[in-house]
Amino acid sequence: MLDQKFPISRRQFLGTTALTVAAAATSSMAMPSVLRAQGALVKLGVLHPVTGALSYSGQQGRLGATIAIEEINAAGGIRGLGKIDAVLGDAQSTPDGGTAEVEKMNSAGVACIVGGYASNICLATTQAAARYELPYVVDVGVADTIVTRGLKNTFRFGPGFGVIAKTALANLATINDQAGKPAKTVMIVHEDSLFGSGLAKLLNAQLPQHGFQILETIPHPTPTRDFNNVALKIKAQNPDLVIPANYYNEYVLLARTMQQQQVRPKGIYSVLGGAASSYKFVKEFPEAAKYIMDCNHWFDPRSEKAQALKKKVEGKDQFFTYEVYMNYSCVYLIADALQRAASADRAKLTAALETSTFSGHVMPYGPTKFVNGQNEGAAPVNTQVLDNDIKVILPPAFANAKPVFPMPA
Amino acid sequence: MLSPTILIPAILNGLLTGAVYALVALGLTLIYGVLHIINFAHGALLSAALFAAFFAYRLLGLDPYIAVFLLSPIFFAFGYALQRFIIGPASGGDDRNMLLITLGIAVVIENALLFAFRADTRTIDVPYAFKTIDFGFTFLAVPRVVGFVAVFLVALVLWLIMTFTDIGRAIRAVAKEKLGAELAGIDVAHVYAMTFGLGSACVAVAACLLIPNYYVNPSVGNSFVLIAFTIVVLGGMGSVPGALIGALLIGVVESLSGLFLGESLGQIGIFVIFIVVLLVRPSGLFGERV
Amino acid sequence: MKGLAPIAAAVAVLAAVPFVVHSNATLNFLIVTLMIALAGQGWNILGGYGGQYSFGHAAFFGTGAYVTAVLQVRYGVNAWLGFGAGIAAGAAFGGIIGALTFRSGLRGSYFALVTLAFAEVLRIIASVAPITGAGVGTLIKLDLGTQAFQFQSRALFYWVVLTLVGVSLVTTRLIERSRFGAWLIAVRENEDAAKALGVDVRSVKTAAMVISGAITAAAGCFYAQYFLFVDSGIAYGTWISIEALLTPIIGGVGTVFGPLLGALVVKSLGEGAKLVTGDVPGLDLIVYGAVLVLVIWFTPRGLIGGFTQVRKRLTRRATPAASSIQEGGHG
Repeated sequence: MLDQKFPISRRQFLGTTALTVAAAATSSMAMPSVLRAQGALVKLGVLHPVTGALSYSGQQGRLGATIAIEEINAAGGIRGLGKIDAVLGDAQSTPDGGTAEVEKMNSAGVACIVGGYASNICLATTQAAARYELPYVVDVGVADTIVTRGLKNTFRFGPGFGVIAKTALANLATINDQAGKPAKTVMIVHEDSLFGSGLAKLLNAQLPQHGFQILETIPHPTPTRDFNNVALKIKAQNPDLVIPANYYNEYVLLARTMQQQQVRPKGIYSVLGGAASSYKFVKEFPEAAKYIMDCNHWFDPRSEKAQALKKKVEGKDQFFTYEVYMNYSCVYLIADALQRAASADRAKLTAALETSTFSGHVMPYGPTKFVNGQNEGAAPVNTQVLDNDIKVILPPAFANAKPVFPMPA
Repeated sequence: MLSPTILIPAILNGLLTGAVYALVALGLTLIYGVLHIINFAHGALLSAALFAAFFAYRLLGLDPYIAVFLLSPIFFAFGYALQRFIIGPASGGDDRNMLLITLGIAVVIENALLFAFRADTRTIDVPYAFKTIDFGFTFLAVPRVVGFVAVFLVALVLWLIMTFTDIGRAIRAVAKEKLGAELAGIDVAHVYAMTFGLGSACVAVAACLLIPNYYVNPSVGNSFVLIAFTIVVLGGMGSVPGALIGALLIGVVESLSGLFLGESLGQIGIFVIFIVVLLVRPSGLFGERV
Repeated sequence: MKGLAPIAAAVAVLAAVPFVVHSNATLNFLIVTLMIALAGQGWNILGGYGGQYSFGHAAFFGTGAYVTAVLQVRYGVNAWLGFGAGIAAGAAFGGIIGALTFRSGLRGSYFALVTLAFAEVLRIIASVAPITGAGVGTLIKLDLGTQAFQFQSRALFYWVVLTLVGVSLVTTRLIERSRFGAWLIAVRENEDAAKALGVDVRSVKTAAMVISGAITAAAGCFYAQYFLFVDSGIAYGTWISIEALLTPIIGGVGTVFGPLLGALVVKSLGEGAKLVTGDVPGLDLIVYGAVLVLVIWFTPRGLIGGFTQVRKRLTRRATPAASSIQEGGHG
């Protein structure tokens, strides 16, 4: 019916779509989308999964990076090089999506790329960038394989699994000892992909050394629709401590189900908990969040810059999540290296990153020192939800509150 | 681990979870039974409905259990229009194309939600969200129990519509013998759209019953789709009691296999049961033999 | 042989691309597109020619990817051998799943969803089994060199995947022209009639699934070799099952060039949408989804079906129509 009534329009439709599609495909290869800055000279790739399953984290990461770029540009850009031109990319929550963006950014002539977020995306993107000796700063991606593959272009400013698990255990032991060792038994609830199962493995190996007995380790997929079984198991075994390691949505469901099932361990001590140190969670579930401890990425609460950034982000009606300040810091790390390299040349920039002693960032880290691409100064901190706020309880150097453990009834 | 103190609550929980699946699957089985398409947009519609329930609560202050009476007609109209003016004409009646059209629509809806509301996970905090009923040996969350009761009501209403109304009879006629129904003067395009509308209204009901105890984000519906497909086929496509019993069965299977195999490996139980049932009985539990 | 010339021509044109286009971004785009076309060609043999719609081709893609990766990483097997083993494993899984499902006489949606369930079972197993690296996945060591099947140059990878696509095109054409192909099409058109004519329906369908599994597995093997990382969500995720059926249906089911054309159009559409919408998250995919619906709307028989229809009408109307269309086209 349709073709008889509109023979021409249909043919035209076909012809034009084929043409536009082809034209669009070729030109988009040559010119990726660019936020044009006036008189820009240094291009910086900002790559996050802003659509798909990881889009919340990706969008938060992009927010942090763009705030830093705006600030740097407002202050006149990189001395001697000019302003930063952000080349935004969407990894679409997949490794191949990320790789395609790296290729486009490389064609666009970026000096460096920041981002990736998820470990599996970072594994693919750092490797794609390595082909061009294009410096790449991983924003989050905690899998240690990202930096242990010997890729010269890859840098990670934040901590990896190994360090996080080690710190988490040492701090847990400290907190438990200070309270007179009320906790002896533990259950671990973790999501089953790279991040959760990697952590669970390390915890299983190391917790017994600190005198804890692991009653059970429960993996669950992401997404998990129901946590009642998990809550039942916890209730049946009644551990002193529950250690969750999962993403925000699952964490919310778990915490809510535990509350419904009236499961009350002596403490909830999460490691890289998706919600445990999230302002959103504390705001929306103040009861469920109370006294939860977390070993996670966090900003330095004493840093004025960090507090100013927090205000700025909250002013945009967004939550101040770790993706924001980690990306923010990574951009400043790159800006510092660009300044010292005094050039956007990739080899010179890589060398400048290798020797970086970047300070004045918003993270509670030790002195910046890169060894095989990993910042040795990076470490997580321990937070606890106290008085409807999130406080840092360890290490003492950055703490603004004392741990409350065991949980008051 | 095998003690009844954990086994019985686990089975009860499976039934409650199964009820949620049934709510999602009821709409799907209608569409599936009549239009013979696998509606890929069902998950995206669920996400949209959850957002609608969320905003009804946040902006209008409507409790989800009241919002259901507002949202289900809206989603009925939306589903009707979607089938009548997009899916129907765009597919030209070809099953294969219908499938891809729903896929395209799913992409559009999911990303429109992402575009409009960002990817944030949102929850509502109704006063009864943390209320539980104490059975002595276990606690059952009030919103889940409400969902369980409601699914039987929804199934009953659907059954009444299908059995006693003209449109119900027309739907069954079209499902059974499309050509014959057409010759008998039934407007097939209208019946298709009514079916899609009913299926979408079911999604709105599911969303309102789900939201007090769950969360919403643009891709939340996807996690229910595979399981809903499984239930629809397991129950026998187009069969309302089949979907209901299939869903409860799947809920219990998921719960028990999760208990014994762990939540990760436990998911396998659903699909293994599904495969085994179909290999033995290729038209599903309640389907007519092909 | 007749019918192979267009394939040779198409492959030759595509093979010349790296000499003209030096942008690695474009090459990477084409590599991924060809990989999807390959996965789609596998689906096309079973779904397009045999009429058996699978929603679970991830089962084959993932098996190919995992076998290639795991053999190299855990058993030190040479990458090329691993590649071959991956394809063989895909064929074997095709045989097993085919034998089971066709024995029970599963058809239509039931068949579609059972294949999906098989893929899900494999995904869940891969996400917990130690041999696949469970949740951590399997990372192939970076080792550029021909012996490790890893190339510094994108162009070499491009030619590798193009060769695979070329082989799949020839295979499809040969099947189309063979007695087996005739049986397969007979099964698609009317299974009962085919049976009545003495066609061993079950064996024909199972054989198609073996070939189909092998070709889609080759795409998976290539994925592993190209991205050097596999996890359960990538390998056995529904995304690839959908891509594998989307591209042939858009291009034209049961045609030799359907999957290739479909993949080029679908992937270009994705890039084109990104270009016109800029950096707002989600907007490009809204456009993508909407145009997808329009493409199906206006070419219900796939792009190739659309072209042939237009061509037929042109020849039928002969001279007077042709001139007016030319005017229309240029006007």
